[in-house]
Amino acid sequence: MHTIQMTVNGSLWTGQVEDGETLLETLRTRLGLTGTKRGCEVGECGACTVLIDGVPTTSCLYLATLADGKSITTIEGLSVDGKLSPLQQAFIDAGAVQCGFCTPGMILSAHALLQRDPHPTKETIKTALSGNMCRCATYEQVTEAVQRAAEVIAAHVGT
Amino acid sequence: MYSVSELYIPQTLGEALAYLSEHPDTRPLAGGTDVLVQMRAKRLEDVRLMSLEKLPELTGIRCREDGVVEIGALTTFTQLAASETVAQRAPMLRTAALAMGGPQIQNRATIGGNVCNGATSADSAPGLFALDAVLVLQSAAGERRVPITEFYSGPGRVKRDPKELLLHIELPAAAPRHGDCYLKFSTRKAMDLALIGCAAACEIGEDGAVSKAAIALGVAAPTPIRASEAEAFLTGRKPGLEDLEEAGRLALQSASPRSSWRASKEYREQLIRTLAKRAFRAAYESAGGVL
Ligand SMILES: Cc1cc2nc3c(=O)[nH]c(=O)nc-3n(C[C@H](O)[C@H](O)[C@H](O)COP(=O)(O)OP(=O)(O)OC[C@H]3O[C@@H](n4cnc5c(N)ncnc54)[C@H](O)[C@@H]3O)c2cc1C
Ligand code: FES
Ligand code: FES
Repeated sequence: MHTIQMTVNGSLWTGQVEDGETLLETLRTRLGLTGTKRGCEVGECGACTVLIDGVPTTSCLYLATLADGKSITTIEGLSVDGKLSPLQQAFIDAGAVQCGFCTPGMILSAHALLQRDPHPTKETIKTALSGNMCRCATYEQVTEAVQRAAEVIAAHVGT
Repeated sequence: MYSVSELYIPQTLGEALAYLSEHPDTRPLAGGTDVLVQMRAKRLEDVRLMSLEKLPELTGIRCREDGVVEIGALTTFTQLAASETVAQRAPMLRTAALAMGGPQIQNRATIGGNVCNGATSADSAPGLFALDAVLVLQSAAGERRVPITEFYSGPGRVKRDPKELLLHIELPAAAPRHGDCYLKFSTRKAMDLALIGCAAACEIGEDGAVSKAAIALGVAAPTPIRASEAEAFLTGRKPGLEDLEEAGRLALQSASPRSSWRASKEYREQLIRTLAKRAFRAAYESAGGVL
């Protein structure tokens, strides 16, 4: 067991985790943040993607102990005062959610992309999301959602 | 939950090497994208893990005064792709970094883990083979330098002593006129392993002829290999299209590809001929050669 302290969605969390425990398990079972999904558990699907110090990471391949001192963003951390982020809203508006299982991971990968590149091309979006699989094949709508979100955010910044 | 007997996080290289000496059954943990996947498949149980993440000696990319480029073992593929130094010395390593896994994997996976894992499909291997990269390993007993071309001993096996850590990888200084190319052939563009990976490096001498030709292949044999016959044929020439065809045919002589569910032996043979030809052509042209 290790005692770790990490910031999750802006709040400090201190607790004990097992040596073999993944960050995915810690988030879902110890913190109750079940928006982060458990898919393949071998790094292939991207459903468990979270941001660690802003960097998209598959939490199934990340030992919780190593999150000590880090800042984690999960899907629960994107809305502000119960209001969806422009990116989340764009996913709904573009119909980019079918069963929704891949959606949290998709949105976090896209969020990190928009942070570093506010005006991504379609190709850039596809590359940035190439580690997130969607069984319902919403890829076209997801790409559109990210483009829409980029426009909304740009318009907002402009005003 | 992974089956871990202990997760040790040394704060210094000295602590890490002492721990390895005491517990040679330890699995160093870099990005974990191979180790943890193997553990998940229950091929590894009750594993003693040692995280390398706090060791600054294993990080960073620098170009030394003698022109040698040192790449820290913990360099992630994202960092490799972003490095100006790498783009200058060996742009094909950038190509390889962006062709491996997907963004999340590139953010975690390290070049050291890619090499030490010993897979013939490792995307960094053909490039490092073609450049005659040298591995710098260290144990409590001292430092050891091994050419990467002598490091692999079989599928998933490398000649790393269990008490050693890979510190960094050295790329020898390049001649003024040099070029390279990595071609990864896979069914999907992302999140897929190479059916064949082919790297070529080329240097051109003052007389305009090829002074160094290197062609390296992944998944063409149980370990990454160099295509020595093709290299010998190309060295000293000002190659034309016919010569490139011949080099492709000769590259096949060094290879012993197998059939797997990903591709048949015959398909891989076709790829080896074609990719060796194309990769060398691109390397030659980027070195300033004209066909
Ligand atoms: C979804 C997915 C897709 C992938 N796609 C690709 C791909 O397209 N191409 C490709 O080449 N690979 C791919 N891989 C495999 C893997 O990501 C790479 O091999 C990666 O580079 C391994 O690096 P790591 O830091 O994660 O290594 P780890 O898993 O941490 O370690 C790998 C091995 O090396 C040892 N090791 C690591 N660092 C050191 C060191 N400094 N000194 C001594 N020993 C060390 C470990 O003990 C272990 O045996 C993929 C993996 C996943 C999960
Ligand atoms: S659950 Fe982590 S990548 Fe699939
Ligand atoms: S919406 Fe169902 S997996 Fe993507």
